[in-house]
Amino acid sequence: MTGPLRDTAASALGLYIHWPFCQAKCPYCDFNSHVAARIDMERWKIAYLSEIERVFSENPGRILTTVFFGGGTPSLMDPDLVAEILSALQTAAPQANDVEITLEANPSSVEIGRFRAFREAGVNRVSLGLQALNDDDLRRLGRMHSAAEGLQALTTARAVFDRVSFDLIYARQHQTPDDWAAELHRALAFEPDHLSLYQLTIEPGTVFQRRFDQNQLPGLPAEDPAADMFDLTQRICEAAGLPAYEVSNHARPGAESRHNLIYWRGGDYAGIGPGAHGRLTRDGIRHATETERIPEAWLSSVETRGSGETSITGLSRREEAEERVMMGLRLAEGISLSDIIAIDETEIDHAALAEMQALGLLHIDGDRMTTTPRGRPLLNAILAKLLA
Amino acid sequence: MTELSRIRNFSIVAHIDHGKSTLADRLIQLTGTVAERDMQDQILDAMDIERERGITIKANTVRIEYPARDGHTYILNLIDTPGHVDFAYEVSRSMQAVEGSLLVVDASQGVEAQTLANVYQAIDADHEIVPVLNKIDLPAAEPARVREQIEDVIGIDASDAVEISAKTGLGIPDVLEAIVTRLPAPKGDRDAPLKAMLVDSYYDPYLGVVVLIRVIDGVIRKGDRIRMMKTGGTYGIDRLGVFTPKMKDIAELGPGEMGFLTASIKQVRDTRVGDTITHEKKPTATPLPGFKPSQPVVFCGLFPVDANDFEDMRDAIEKLALNDASFTSEMETSAALGFGFRCGFLGLLHLEVIRDRLEREYDIDLITTAPSVIYHIYMRDGSMIELHNPADMPDLTHVDHLEEPRIKATILVPDEYLGDVLKLCQDRRGIQLDLTYAGSRAMVVYDLPLNEVVFDFYDRLKSVTKGYASFDYQMIGYRQDHLVKMQILVNDEPVDALSTMVHRDRAEARGRAMCEKLKELIPRHMFKIPIQAAIGGRIIARETLAALRKDVTAKCYGGDATRKRKLLEKQKAGKKKMRQFGKVEIPQSAFISALKMDG
Ligand SMILES: Nc1nc2c(ncn2[C@@H]2O[C@H](COP(=O)(O)OP(=O)(O)OP(=O)(O)O)[C@@H](O)[C@H]2O)c(=O)[nH]1
Ligand SMILES: C[S@@+](CC[C@H](N)C(=O)[O-])C[C@H]1O[C@@H](n2cnc3c(N)ncnc32)[C@H](O)[C@@H]1O
Ligand code: SF4
Ligand SMILES: [Mg+2]
Repeated sequence: MTGPLRDTAASALGLYIHWPFCQAKCPYCDFNSHVAARIDMERWKIAYLSEIERVFSENPGRILTTVFFGGGTPSLMDPDLVAEILSALQTAAPQANDVEITLEANPSSVEIGRFRAFREAGVNRVSLGLQALNDDDLRRLGRMHSAAEGLQALTTARAVFDRVSFDLIYARQHQTPDDWAAELHRALAFEPDHLSLYQLTIEPGTVFQRRFDQNQLPGLPAEDPAADMFDLTQRICEAAGLPAYEVSNHARPGAESRHNLIYWRGGDYAGIGPGAHGRLTRDGIRHATETERIPEAWLSSVETRGSGETSITGLSRREEAEERVMMGLRLAEGISLSDIIAIDETEIDHAALAEMQALGLLHIDGDRMTTTPRGRPLLNAILAKLLA
Repeated sequence: MTELSRIRNFSIVAHIDHGKSTLADRLIQLTGTVAERDMQDQILDAMDIERERGITIKANTVRIEYPARDGHTYILNLIDTPGHVDFAYEVSRSMQAVEGSLLVVDASQGVEAQTLANVYQAIDADHEIVPVLNKIDLPAAEPARVREQIEDVIGIDASDAVEISAKTGLGIPDVLEAIVTRLPAPKGDRDAPLKAMLVDSYYDPYLGVVVLIRVIDGVIRKGDRIRMMKTGGTYGIDRLGVFTPKMKDIAELGPGEMGFLTASIKQVRDTRVGDTITHEKKPTATPLPGFKPSQPVVFCGLFPVDANDFEDMRDAIEKLALNDASFTSEMETSAALGFGFRCGFLGLLHLEVIRDRLEREYDIDLITTAPSVIYHIYMRDGSMIELHNPADMPDLTHVDHLEEPRIKATILVPDEYLGDVLKLCQDRRGIQLDLTYAGSRAMVVYDLPLNEVVFDFYDRLKSVTKGYASFDYQMIGYRQDHLVKMQILVNDEPVDALSTMVHRDRAEARGRAMCEKLKELIPRHMFKIPIQAAIGGRIIARETLAALRKDVTAKCYGGDATRKRKLLEKQKAGKKKMRQFGKVEIPQSAFISALKMDG
């Protein structure tokens, strides 16, 4: 796969900005998202701007190549707030000419006016959470919008932005592989150039987990139909010209999310906002940063201490190699073996590697190691064996 | 030092769940032995496993003081015993240490199989028996009918049985009074040389070996030099005391009294239940006869998951054996599993309890191989081999014939479930010996092969009778039958730990059932796994476990890297501990679960 590798060059930096609020909490969601009665936009603005200053003064000389507003529901942010953040970034750091600025949006929080304002603020890519294309399933997922509203939002977004992606969740309750194939064909009929297609995961601590444990979440597909759905997702999207470039992400070549590629390729990114993580290389050591998770706590930490960061930890070579393999094998392009060996040569278990090659789960071509189409859906099991 | 006439020693015995431990609670509570705020239900069931399963596993002794209606204060030593048949050895040993028994019968259930078994043991031990009808608070309680049943079925006088509710406390003062007036005082000679019975022992990480004793003759004091007569060890007593149930130091124990001692005993195997403790200098001339040893009936291999834990395991087994004289162990090696122990138990529950205790109390992960009974193998040269482990089955060309252990099982069951019980016994190759009625309950006696009973017969019996049947058994000897060794092959490799002996006529059904079970129990791997049952070289059943198809995290972005990595590291730590069978990982629980049949 091509794609701007300079996003992972030593001087390049991606920036993740977390907005932790939503209109309602979806029962399947384990993101750091909260429902708040009122949000003091002014306070938040000051805090974000202060964090931007801190992060870039701590990491001087970096060129900003991507920005990602994630959530929560960043489309609930005041467009003015987004504008102020982006203009602060202009002065805080040099930016690449083709900087990618993505914002996650929910169909229910969209009006055409806001989208225009986001574009004017500098946002040039939108990722829209449609999740399902029929009302019954949207209701079961606890979503606040109808299928029609979702499609309306998609039309609006496409009228305003050049780059629009949307998310769907599949392997839902009572969904058969045929149902999903039909829904996916409908989605592809909109000719998107980027799609995120996630299998529904029952995450610990969510309402769905509780229902699942009490047998109140009937009709979830078993392993075999779920695997069938994954396989047919690959087939259908590939035929439509949107092959998977990552486990759950599909794009027309060249239309990949550059920001997300930074995560999977092991590039550097800073994280700002409640619960945002970062990976920053300083003096040759890759550091993991974390921030205060609870919105109020983050705010007051920024206000009183001048920083929302709660920890910065240097990763060992082993941990760094582990992350690189774990994230990199999610990509269709896979990983460079010499890169991994350069970080930590003991990390890969070569006997296990040979065994999985023999089983047709991993493929090696020169320096590159990739999962095969059979191996991709087994990545967790592969990693457990592969990493020594 | 207490007057013999002011001491009463007794055990509380009953069928499982009839309320022994709850009665003990009330006796402890009413006499103010434990402060109200420290009281809890079944206070003597202190082990985690006991509290989780809601049953007593270890017999427990408590000393209580009771000011009786005659104006005197009595010392009562009560032993709460377990009800489950697998822990019967605890009961028989406890009975040797005391003079009387409270026979508790649930007035809503009536006489059950262990009620009978316990009564016979109590009579054997020359006990005075006081029948106690419990749970009369229940609407279903029928004390009058149960009284009659006790007289008809057991043949003891129940006219002055005490009616109580251990739950509400009703009738407890009458129980205390009956203990004092109806149970005999112990006998003993204060001036004779010391003779004390080693009733039980356990290992305490702080105190070392703690020994429970019953003094027969003489007086034992802190600082005394003592000798264990059978094992020969001599020690100075560090600490002497009684259980209230907390440990409380005491200066001396005289005839008829019970208590504990510690004596920096270095070798735990020097402590043997039933041994006689006497003074080093002035020993008794007549040691006690000792306890009848228990006969383990189920055997399995226990191996540490991590081979490095073997020494710790040896140590743990030794310490645990100190607290459980009915469990045997001897070292064993296996090609696939390395060093471990072949252990003997009184039943499957006993096995599960010991394994759990080893894992929890000593923090060792274990692999348990398929349980087996002991077969007698008669060789063509006339010799006989005891086979504890099917994996050791000798070459058939040298074998003349095999014999398997049989039991006499007594089952009490309400009429309406009799048909199901007969069918179950018939399916397990049983031979009916007797069928009588006691009121609306049938008493069925069957001759059954032990290997059809130990694994899951009790569970099945409970399920086909909705819990209304009770069951007890005794070994009756060996009988020849057509038994064959069945091997299980996982991914084309034989797994010795899953080999079992089965009857020839049932081999195919068993093999099919085991393969199906294993298919459920073994998690999917990255390749498909054939699971086969074979006799000799012949495959008699086959299942295929499909390959794993899906195990991938759907969403993994920048914020997930740390969590995901930590998860992987945990998985890797687990992998290092996992024992492989060829290329396949078989979960530890599979070896027992695979043998539990649904039919
Ligand atoms: N209603 C009622 N329930 C009782 C009474 N006595 C005991 N129980 C209940 O019966 C169950 C078993 O009581 P335990 O005291 O544990 O019985 P046990 O005989 O010690 O049982 P094992 O030691 O396992 O043989 C518990 O749920 C008690 O609460 C009683 O008098 N009335
Ligand atoms: C941060 S969320 C959100 C964006 C936006 N708030 C929304 O819900 O539309 C990113 C995406 O993760 C996916 N997602 C969230 N929870 C999931 C789960 N339990 N299983 C599968 N996908 C999930 C959804 O498709 C969601 O659009
Ligand atoms: S709107 Fe999105 S972030 Fe918010 S709760 Fe729902 S899925 Fe989670
Ligand atoms: Mg009990």
